[in-house]
Amino acid sequence: MAGLDKRVNSYQEALAGLTDGMTVLAGGFGLCGIPENLINEIRRRGTRELTVVSNNCGIDHFGLGVLLEERQIRKMIASYVGENILFEQQLLSGELEVELTPQGTLAEKLRAGGAGIPAFYTATGYGTPVAEGKEVRSFNGRPHILEASITGDFAIVKGWKADHFGNVVYRHTAQNFNPMMASAGRITVVEVEEIVEPGELDPAQIHTPGIYVDRIIKGAFEKRIEKRTVSI
Amino acid sequence: MALSREQMAQRVARELKDGYYVNLGIGIPTLVANYVPAGIQVMLQSENGLLGMGAFPHEDEVDADLINAGKQTVTSVPGASIFSSAESFAMIRGGHVDLTVLGAFEVDVEGNIASWMIPGKMVKGMGGAMDLVAGADNIIVTMTHASKDGESKLLSRCMLPLTGSGCIRKVLTDLAYLEIENGAFILRERAPGVSVAEIVEKTAGKLVVPEYVPEMAF
Repeated sequence: MAGLDKRVNSYQEALAGLTDGMTVLAGGFGLCGIPENLINEIRRRGTRELTVVSNNCGIDHFGLGVLLEERQIRKMIASYVGENILFEQQLLSGELEVELTPQGTLAEKLRAGGAGIPAFYTATGYGTPVAEGKEVRSFNGRPHILEASITGDFAIVKGWKADHFGNVVYRHTAQNFNPMMASAGRITVVEVEEIVEPGELDPAQIHTPGIYVDRIIKGAFEKRIEKRTVSI
Repeated sequence: MALSREQMAQRVARELKDGYYVNLGIGIPTLVANYVPAGIQVMLQSENGLLGMGAFPHEDEVDADLINAGKQTVTSVPGASIFSSAESFAMIRGGHVDLTVLGAFEVDVEGNIASWMIPGKMVKGMGGAMDLVAGADNIIVTMTHASKDGESKLLSRCMLPLTGSGCIRKVLTDLAYLEIENGAFILRERAPGVSVAEIVEKTAGKLVVPEYVPEMAF
């Protein structure tokens, strides 16, 4: 790593500085576009007491599910966690804390966090358990609740291609939460399928500009499919 | 006869208008895509960041990087666009989606909806449902009229924790199509062969029955 060259050579180096109790923002929707190797590296490091922010929590034995297995997550902020039996067990036993957040509010909390906006009002969740304890204010005659934004110590992100400077493009719907996670991490680590020379990516087609990215690593991905559904 | 899941989807599809952007929830709403009327062009929005969702892929087209909100593999249509989750919910919250179709456990005469949490059971999360009901003007709820034990799901007040308050105006059940106005359900249509009396019996919230309630035709 030198100057604006964000490339690192090992997953160990990619997550250097990650310690117990930190907040980790993880991209992905279901198992689509998840930073699977970075998650496995967190498992290998044995970092504990993590707060993890991600739309979902993987499945048993894959994705963020592996960190549940090793009891490395203390708190999970997510919109939907239904695909995971371990999650339920740890929640009921009190080992794991969960903050369920509407999906759009979660995306906006991260977008705002990365954009330096500490909080915002939204109508989403007004009149529901999500609104409990939150400030309410009316705009145009409609009640809204105040939602605080989210930033993290580390963001772990899965891209398709990146150049040395950390400009990233995502592939299809594997984009999902990844750009917001990338912008909201104090240290943002992106693993990609391919690293290209600066200038190879069309500047107008970059999804995550390199300014948000601290480390880039090339990985090999299983890309497991959660619900393989085909037309016959 | 109560409507089948397919007939419910068919009935909802009649609400589609040419040029609509539509978000379909998981379950019966997803089936609506199979009944888009001929000569009508709609674009399906999937909350994970896809506008222009196509059919399920053939075996050789399956792509782990292209899925819908239900995590199923899908395709995109020519002219589709793909974007981040923040952009996706900007469309939803900003009121740009013309029609949203989603399921529920309960709705009530005030237009409240409960669809995500049954206390005492595992809470899986609300996903995008709260954003969808808060952001859309035009929402159709699809659900069975009563539970398997015969308990009405159309109530004077939702008993389960809410997904959204005062946001539902249209409900399609397996027995009837109803609108919610001024604190009451208005019975607009009934399923073929289903009597008004049966609907009255299975609706716990205040129900207004107009003089003529047409039968749906399929």
